Amino acid sequence: MSLFIWGLIIIFAGGLASLISGRRSGLACVFGALGAVAGSIAAVIPAFKVLLHGITESFRLNWSIPFGSFFVQVDPLSAVFLIPILGLSAIAAIYGVGYLWAYRGKKNLGVAWFFYDLLLLGMVLVVAAKNGILFLLAWELMSLAPFFLIIFDDEKEKARDAGWTYLVATHIGMVFLLIFFLILGGQNGSMDFDKIGVIDGLTASFLFVLAIVGFGTKAGFMPLHVWLPEAHPAAPSHASAVMSGVMIKIGIYGLIRAMTFLGHPPIWWAWILIGIGASSGVVGVLFALAQHDLKRLLAYHSVENIGIITLGLGIGVLGISTGSPTLAVFGFAGCFFHIINHAIFKGLLFLGAGAVLHGSGTLEIDHLGGLIKRMPWTAVTFLTGAIAISGLPPLNGFASEFLIYLGVFKDGMSHGLVNIIPVLGVIGGLALIGGLAAACFTKAFGIVFLGQPRSKHSQQAHEVNFAMLLPMVTLAILCVLMGVFSPFIIRVFRAAISNVTLLPQEVVQGQLNAGSSILSNVVIVSVLLVALICGLALLRKWLLSGRSVEQIETWGCGYACPTARMQYTASSFAQPLVALFRLFLQTDSRDLPPKGIFPDRAFLKTDTADTSSKYLYQPLFKWIGFMLSKLQWIQHGRLQLYVLYIALTLLMLLIWKAL
Amino acid sequence: MHIEKIINPLLTLVLAPLLFGIINRTKAVFAGRTGQPLLQSYYDIWKLFCKGAVYSKTTSWIFRLGPIVGFAVVVAAATLMPLGGLPAIVAFDGDFILFAYLFGLMRFFTVLTALDTGSSFEGMGASREVMFSALAEPAFLVGLAAISKQTHSLSLTGMLAGPDTALWSQIGPALLLVAFSVFIVFLAENSRMPVDDPNTHLELTMIHEVMVLDNSGPDLGFITYAATIKMWLLGTVLVGILVPHNGNVWIDISTAVGAIFMLAVLVGVVESSMARLKLLHVPQFLLIANALSILALILVLR
Amino acid sequence: MIFMTNLVDTVIIFLILTNLMLLGSSRLRTCILVVAIQGILLGILAILLEDGSLGIHLILLSAAIFCLKGIIFPFLLIRTLRDLNVQHEVEPFVGYGTSLVLSPLVLVVCIWLGSQLSLPIGAASSLVVPVAFFTITCGLFLIVSRKKALTQVLGYLVLENGIYVFGASIATIQPVLVELGILLDAFVAVFVMGIAIYHINREFDHTDVDRLNKLKG
Repeated sequence: MSLFIWGLIIIFAGGLASLISGRRSGLACVFGALGAVAGSIAAVIPAFKVLLHGITESFRLNWSIPFGSFFVQVDPLSAVFLIPILGLSAIAAIYGVGYLWAYRGKKNLGVAWFFYDLLLLGMVLVVAAKNGILFLLAWELMSLAPFFLIIFDDEKEKARDAGWTYLVATHIGMVFLLIFFLILGGQNGSMDFDKIGVIDGLTASFLFVLAIVGFGTKAGFMPLHVWLPEAHPAAPSHASAVMSGVMIKIGIYGLIRAMTFLGHPPIWWAWILIGIGASSGVVGVLFALAQHDLKRLLAYHSVENIGIITLGLGIGVLGISTGSPTLAVFGFAGCFFHIINHAIFKGLLFLGAGAVLHGSGTLEIDHLGGLIKRMPWTAVTFLTGAIAISGLPPLNGFASEFLIYLGVFKDGMSHGLVNIIPVLGVIGGLALIGGLAAACFTKAFGIVFLGQPRSKHSQQAHEVNFAMLLPMVTLAILCVLMGVFSPFIIRVFRAAISNVTLLPQEVVQGQLNAGSSILSNVVIVSVLLVALICGLALLRKWLLSGRSVEQIETWGCGYACPTARMQYTASSFAQPLVALFRLFLQTDSRDLPPKGIFPDRAFLKTDTADTSSKYLYQPLFKWIGFMLSKLQWIQHGRLQLYVLYIALTLLMLLIWKAL
Repeated sequence: MHIEKIINPLLTLVLAPLLFGIINRTKAVFAGRTGQPLLQSYYDIWKLFCKGAVYSKTTSWIFRLGPIVGFAVVVAAATLMPLGGLPAIVAFDGDFILFAYLFGLMRFFTVLTALDTGSSFEGMGASREVMFSALAEPAFLVGLAAISKQTHSLSLTGMLAGPDTALWSQIGPALLLVAFSVFIVFLAENSRMPVDDPNTHLELTMIHEVMVLDNSGPDLGFITYAATIKMWLLGTVLVGILVPHNGNVWIDISTAVGAIFMLAVLVGVVESSMARLKLLHVPQFLLIANALSILALILVLR
Repeated sequence: MIFMTNLVDTVIIFLILTNLMLLGSSRLRTCILVVAIQGILLGILAILLEDGSLGIHLILLSAAIFCLKGIIFPFLLIRTLRDLNVQHEVEPFVGYGTSLVLSPLVLVVCIWLGSQLSLPIGAASSLVVPVAFFTITCGLFLIVSRKKALTQVLGYLVLENGIYVFGASIATIQPVLVELGILLDAFVAVFVMGIAIYHINREFDHTDVDRLNKLKG
């Protein structure tokens, strides 16, 4: 445990040193990144130990804050989340050195690294905190630090707006969390997690709803997700990777931890979770399809994957509620595995997007193209991430979705017609999400990297430096390895699942073994697939040897002068699906059609605003603003009346105490 | 036991191109022509494998990888597929999910190959293809869920063993609904009428045919061969749902193969008698498949 | 007995399918033919649901339903269709795709409703009452969400079909009076609506119910 605390101290020290270095960019980068990497390595070792041996390590220090104590504990559930947090942050830190190098001299990199390390510190503390006050403090730290990263490019108005949106959203969630912990602490008079005990009945349901809204704002449930597509693209890419890859998972952690206090879940909790999961998943990927900006597309995909994770969580809760060990174990196993997998491939994709921005100067998909020839390594790693996130075999995305499917197929259909809801939600939902995600990522990879460059930006693109490539390649290799070794990896979740579902470890072990053997079959088929691919490539080489192999222009149906702008664009590619689902998307399109034989101007612009933001939040906030403006008469500016207010309040308090 | 497991994929690899021949011959009969020889597909594939290749300058290694991945996928999928009474080479709980997603992998790479050429034609076909598959996947998986509940099995080998004739009257309706839904998915995935016209390469009808416009030589050979095997595999699913099993291995295999040929004739009949649907109506057509699958699941679960 | 149950089941499933086809189809001629098929299915159902003996009452009744709902009404409607010279439904309030996907979920709700109500149901299939509700709902949906008056007439007919199925499933003795009353109701409805459509068309040159709103002051 002392290693863990040392890790935290190293991270903080690195950040502080980086802040002090200030404008000396080289030193700032070194201290910041070194703090993050060294601290992560130090802290992750206890996490692995806890997970593999199923033990728990604690550290307690008393504080003078009432109800508060510095009670830090790494139990198996925390360990499951700590590993992706620490791993991805370390890898992204190395990437950050290369990425921020382009900003040296122009911006204060020390500040950026300080807040990056603070973010990491906050996340680790939240996951390890076992006292309500410490949890809330760490949560606030984790929420404030990214604000400064989002407004890193503060000369751009969009970044400033994104920062405000993020701050407001995260604090609205915070209010719900405050109420949650107040009620929780009030139950037994203590905020220490091991003293709270189990809560039942109506209070439990109320707490559950509070937790869903409070933690859901951080996680990005639909319709609480509106800050995600604004905030994640604005931050520098290594921060976006961490935010999208692990910060939103902390919301899921909070929800699971909250449920461990709440006793036996009634079945409608599972249905709500499955509903949230299916809707976030489908609507998230639909919005992703309609985006023009690569990072915004990836941000909406995070919403979709949170949906998948919530589906797994819902199935797990359904299993606890109906007393089915299969559902419980497979649901939670799929949920945990997808959390780790998503951290890997979403991190990879955001790093790749940052590389595209760095190499070509733009993130507008319709202005890119042909990057595979100019940025080959970025292309390969991005392709790996794209295949993984679409849930295709043989990579890791398929393995985690497979577990969720298996849970439902094995035991989800045995309790009569009432089960149509989870079955349709999971099977239909996952299938639809998978198909739409594949559509979206063929668009993202295909239009950005393939074909011919559509503008000067992409014509002059260059490959990125080694510091940026190494993390991407590492993550891509991890995607493959996690897929291949999935049968072994899911066994590691035994202790965590046992903690959460309250099933005995042998039962969990048995279920996980069944899952393991099924996954090994999947791996066998995957290996066969790869062997076939290699074999066929050799066969083709042999067939073509000695025959003519020419290279000419793409067939253009007789057009005399094709240009690169005549290629299919991303908007055109997504148009059939966007039109089919226009009920959800409400795409706004403006166009000026070409007129005459030699038209001089024509354009088509489509814009998909977030419907939750446009039809729910903006009218709501406008109405609140309007209502509150009626109270403006209180702020009249006269000093004497303000003093009168204070005196009156004191008087009332005294009278109330006296009664 | 081991010999029997090999017969299945062998039959698949050998007999699959015959399906295209049967469909074309049926269409020729309807049109009053003599038509191509039944073995034409074999000649075509052989011819393509003997040719050189022409690649577009715009393409990259993705273009060269796509056809190979497609063919590897269908061979891998063939190892999962039972036929008649014979079990598949690899059978495990949940293998039908892997089966469906393997085809997703094939589609991913086919679409990327199409986008790699930088041509608007391929882009158009690719965009339509992803839309139709996104709508067809849920119908397929929900339908298979209904079958899985009916047959109490989680593996293709158990699910496609064919219904027991004794239970037919009880579970018949649900099976028929799923079979109809899977037939619609079959037509969509194999780009047959009324979803796509395999004869033309024009803008209005093209979905599948246009994505392979720039492939040539052995690549095109791989693609054509893979298309026939894909049709065979999806046909096996349909046949496995409907055709009852007997017990005797040889009778079962011959019944199954015969049923797949009958399916090819049916496809030919459908192609000759229906016009291609308006492109905007194809999603509706696929939504019908979805509704039927959900209906079958409701009937099975109650 | 089991054979009868399965036959009832099969007919019920075809009934569900006809409802789905009505919700998903935009061609008016197809819709009329589907309603005709529904009438025929109802005729068959009348015989199957009777668990007593096959009296002459029943056969006559079944034949009457068969002719009226299956042949005469559709024939009248197709004639009206020809006079009006319309082919297709205009874009409805709820799209075809959406209604198609929503309908199985509505069926689930109807099945749940059917299990909640404790009704004196005979030995027939447990699906009959839910499907009756489902047909009634589909009929109401057609009336509410479609714009052409002809489709609304069809919706009314489907509604009557649903009521009939419900009545047939719980009435152990078939009071012929009730049956004839229902049939007469439908007959009059078509007659009146047919005349109304003819007059509306003559007056305004169209039968778009939406545009009739302009008559308000």
